[in-house]
Amino acid sequence: MSNQTYDVAIIGAGPGGYVTAIRAKQLGLSVVVIEREHYGGICLNWGCIPTKALLRSSEQYHMMAHRAEEFGLSVKGASFDLDKIVARSRGIAAQMNKGIQFLFKKNKVDVVDGEAKIKAKGVIGVTANGKTLPDIKAKNIIIATGARARTFPGMEPDGKFIWTYKQALVADSVPKRLLVIGSGAIGIEFASFFNALGSDTTVVEVMDRVLPVEDKDISAHALKQFKKQGMEILTSSKVDKLTPGKNDISATLTLKNGKTETRTYDRVILAVGIVGNVENIGLEAVGIKHERSHIVVDQWSKTNVDGIYAIGDVAGPPWLAHKASHEGIICIEKIAGEKDVHPLNPKGIPGCTYCHPQVASVGYTEEKAIEAGYKVKVGRFPFVGNGKAVALGEPEGLIKTVFDAKTGELLGAHMIGTEVTELIQGYVIAMGLETTEKELMHTVFAHPTLSEMMHESVLDAYGKMIHM
Amino acid sequence: MPTPILMPALSPTMESGKLSAWLVKEGDTVVSGDVMCEIETDKATMEVECVDEGVIGKILVEAGTEDVLVNAAIAILLEEGEDASALDGYTPPAIAGGVPAPAAVEEAAAPAVETPKAAPVAAAAPAIPKAASKSAHFSSPLARRVAGLEGIDISLVTGTGPNGRIIKRDVLDAVKNGVASPKTAAGFTSTSVDAVAVKALYAADSYEEVAADGMRKVIAARMTETARDVPHIFLTIDCEIDALLSARKGLNASGDVKISVNDFVIKAAAMALMKVPEANASWTGDSILMHKHADISMAVAIEGGLITPIVTNADLKGLAELSVNTKDLATRARDRKLQPSEYQGGTFSISNMGMMGIKQFTSIINSPQGAILSIGSGEKRVVVGDNGEFVAKTMMTVTIACDHRVIDGSVGASFLAAFKGFIEQPVSMLL
Repeated sequence: MSNQTYDVAIIGAGPGGYVTAIRAKQLGLSVVVIEREHYGGICLNWGCIPTKALLRSSEQYHMMAHRAEEFGLSVKGASFDLDKIVARSRGIAAQMNKGIQFLFKKNKVDVVDGEAKIKAKGVIGVTANGKTLPDIKAKNIIIATGARARTFPGMEPDGKFIWTYKQALVADSVPKRLLVIGSGAIGIEFASFFNALGSDTTVVEVMDRVLPVEDKDISAHALKQFKKQGMEILTSSKVDKLTPGKNDISATLTLKNGKTETRTYDRVILAVGIVGNVENIGLEAVGIKHERSHIVVDQWSKTNVDGIYAIGDVAGPPWLAHKASHEGIICIEKIAGEKDVHPLNPKGIPGCTYCHPQVASVGYTEEKAIEAGYKVKVGRFPFVGNGKAVALGEPEGLIKTVFDAKTGELLGAHMIGTEVTELIQGYVIAMGLETTEKELMHTVFAHPTLSEMMHESVLDAYGKMIHM
Repeated sequence: MPTPILMPALSPTMESGKLSAWLVKEGDTVVSGDVMCEIETDKATMEVECVDEGVIGKILVEAGTEDVLVNAAIAILLEEGEDASALDGYTPPAIAGGVPAPAAVEEAAAPAVETPKAAPVAAAAPAIPKAASKSAHFSSPLARRVAGLEGIDISLVTGTGPNGRIIKRDVLDAVKNGVASPKTAAGFTSTSVDAVAVKALYAADSYEEVAADGMRKVIAARMTETARDVPHIFLTIDCEIDALLSARKGLNASGDVKISVNDFVIKAAAMALMKVPEANASWTGDSILMHKHADISMAVAIEGGLITPIVTNADLKGLAELSVNTKDLATRARDRKLQPSEYQGGTFSISNMGMMGIKQFTSIINSPQGAILSIGSGEKRVVVGDNGEFVAKTMMTVTIACDHRVIDGSVGASFLAAFKGFIEQPVSMLL
C-alpha cells in the first residue's frame, strides 16, 4: 500500500462492504476494503447461501424419500450422506467467495486482509496474523463489520453439544434429538433442515408464536405445517439452563403452562438473535456512539462522527444482506455527492425465510397496521385455489395483503407457501412505486403461475376474488 | 394533420358573431394573409385573414350563420399534400353551446386544443390556439389518490421522489404545511387570471411561454391572496447605523466571526418583538396568537422564486450563533435543501434589499404572520445634526407592513421605535 489517502475505506467485505466498494469505484472514488476473514461475509460464507444449499438437499431428500409415490415415481432406498451435503454447501460458499474476489479484481478495488481498528478520524490501523500493517488513510470510513450470533452465559457454543449457525452449517452428524432455541429465520431454517433429515426436532420460542416478526396468520399457518412435518414447537416457553453431560446435553425448560421440565438432547442450536460486531474496531478512539451493540446512524448511515459511516447489521435491524447492500449504495452515493439519492424506506425491505413452506413478507402486518392507526382492508388467498400450486403438489400456503382502506395504499404483504420468496418482489415493486389497489387489479398476471394468487389476494381485499 | 380554423374574437367583449361571407371555398389553396371570410358584429364587419397555409378542407359554418361562438371551429385547413381523405375520422373541437360540430369520433383524434371560456379575448386575427402545454405531473398513483382525498391540487406539490416524482409523503407534507390547499392556491389562479385572455393580447410569436413550477404557483396564489385579503398598513422610519457599522467592524476584526448587517437587523427585530410582543402576533379569524418567541423568516431569493427560511428563537441567540445560522439557512435555501419545517411557520418576516441598493420598499406580509419588515440599503446621507448643522451619517430606511386586523398603527410604531433603539445603539442589545 502506498502512502495514498483513499476517498473511502470500508471495514468488512460482507454484502454491505463489497457492494459499497464496487459502487464506490463506479462513482470514481478510490477505495480500499479491509477484511479479516471471508470475502462476502457471513451471508455467503456462513449464512444465506450455504444454508440454501443445505435446504435444497434436505428438500430433495424429503421428496425422494417420502413423496415420490405421490408423483408416480418409484425411488427405492433413498438415503443421504451428510458429509457430501455439507461439502456441497461449502463448495458453493467457496465458489461465491471466489466470485467476490473476481468482482474486486474486475473493479480494481484495493483489498487488505487483516483486522481493522480505527485509530483516529481518517486513520485505520491494520493487523494481520499478529503483525502490524501500515496504517490506512481515508477521507471517509464505512464500518460494515456485521454481526454474530447472540449467546448467553451458560449457553455458549462449546463445539460439542451447543451450536450456533456456524457449527450447524458444518454438522458432522444429524442429531437424533435436536433442540433449536429461537424460531426466527435462522432457527427455523436449521430446524427444517435437520427435521427433514430425520432429527427429532424441538423448537423453543419465547414469544407466543413461531416466526414472531411475521403476520399472525402466517405464523399460524407455519405452525400447522411444522407440526405436520413432525416438529415439536413450544411457544411461550424458554430454556432456563443447559447442562452438558457426557454423551448428551440436558435442557431445563419452562413451558407455556409454567411448569419446568428437563429434557435430554444430542445437540442444541442457538438462534436467539444476533449482536453487532462493535468491539475492537476503534469506536471508542473517535467516540462513535453505539447502543446495545449497534452503531447509531442517521438516514444516510452517518455516525455521530464526521466522515465515519456504518451500514448493514452493525448499524441495526433488520439484519438482512439486501438491507446492508442497499444502505451501502445510498451511503456511498451520498458521499460522492450524487443527486437524487433517497433514504431507504424501512417499510419497503422484504424478508424471506427458507423453511418449508417458505415465508416472505414486506411492510406492515395487519396487526401493526392497525396499531399504527390505519383502517385496513385485508385480502387472503390460499394456495389450494391456485392451479399451478396444486400441480406442483404444493397446495399449502397463503397470500395475504393489507391495504389502507382510506387510500388504497398497499401497506404490507405476507406469504407462506412454495417459492413465495421469489414472489414477494412483485409487491415490493408495487409498494415502491406507490401503486394502489387499482393498478394491482389492472395488472395482468400470467396463467398458470403462483403469482396469480397475488392478484387474487388483492381482489379479495376488495371483495372481488374470483377463484375461491 | 388537419387544423381547425376557429371563429376569432374581434373585440375584447365579443362572444359571438355572424359569419357573413366566405371568400374561399373548399379545395382552395391559401397562404398566410389571404382573406378567408367576413365576420360581422354589432359594431363592424371585418375581414379575417388566414394565418397558416394549406388547403381549405371543409367549411363547417355556412356563410350567413348568426351567433357563431368565438373559438368554434368554422373550417378545417389541410396541410399541403393532404387530400380530403385526411378528414376521415377527424373531429374538430367543439365548444359548449357552439355551432354543432360533426359527431365526435374519437377523443384521441382531436388535437388538444384548449377549450376557452366565453371570456374577453382581444385579437383581430383568427387565433388558432396551440395545443396547451400540459404540465405532466410525474406522480405516483397513491400520491394522486391522496391528493384527491385531501382536495389538493397536485400540480402545486413539489416532488421529492426519484427524479422529482411526487410521492405520497410530498402530498401529506403539502397538506400538513398548508401549501397548495385549494383555498390558498388552486381556485384562484384559474378564476382571477384567464390564460387565454392574457395570451390573446400578444402575437403568438412575440413571447416564449414558460410553464410555471410549483413554487411559482404557490407564490402567485399566496401573494394574491394575502394582498387581497389582508389589510396592510405601512410605517416607515430612518435609522442611523454608524454605531452598528463600527461595532460590526470591531467584532469581525477578531477574525473568529463574520457578522453581517443583516444579522444585526435580525437580532434587533427579535429583541424589539420581545419588547413589543403585540407586534409578534397572528390573526386566526376569531382569536390572536401571541407568539412567545421570535421565529424570524428571512426572505431569500433563489432561482425561480424565493423562500423564507426561519431563524428560530432569534431572541435567544447571540450574534455569532445567528450569523452561523443565517448563513447555513441561506446556503441550503439556494441549494433547495431545506426541510419543510425550516421554512413553514415563523412569526415575523424580514426582507432585506439593502444589498441591491434599494432605498425603501414595502412588502406583502407572509401570512399568517402579522408583520414584515422591509430593510433598505445603508447609505451616506446628509442629515441635520443635534445643533442644526449638516452632517453625513449612514442611514437605513426600514418599513414595516402590519396586518391591521391584529397590529394597529400604534403597535407598529412602538415596534419601529424599539427596533430603531436597538439598531442605532447595538450595545443596548446586550442589556
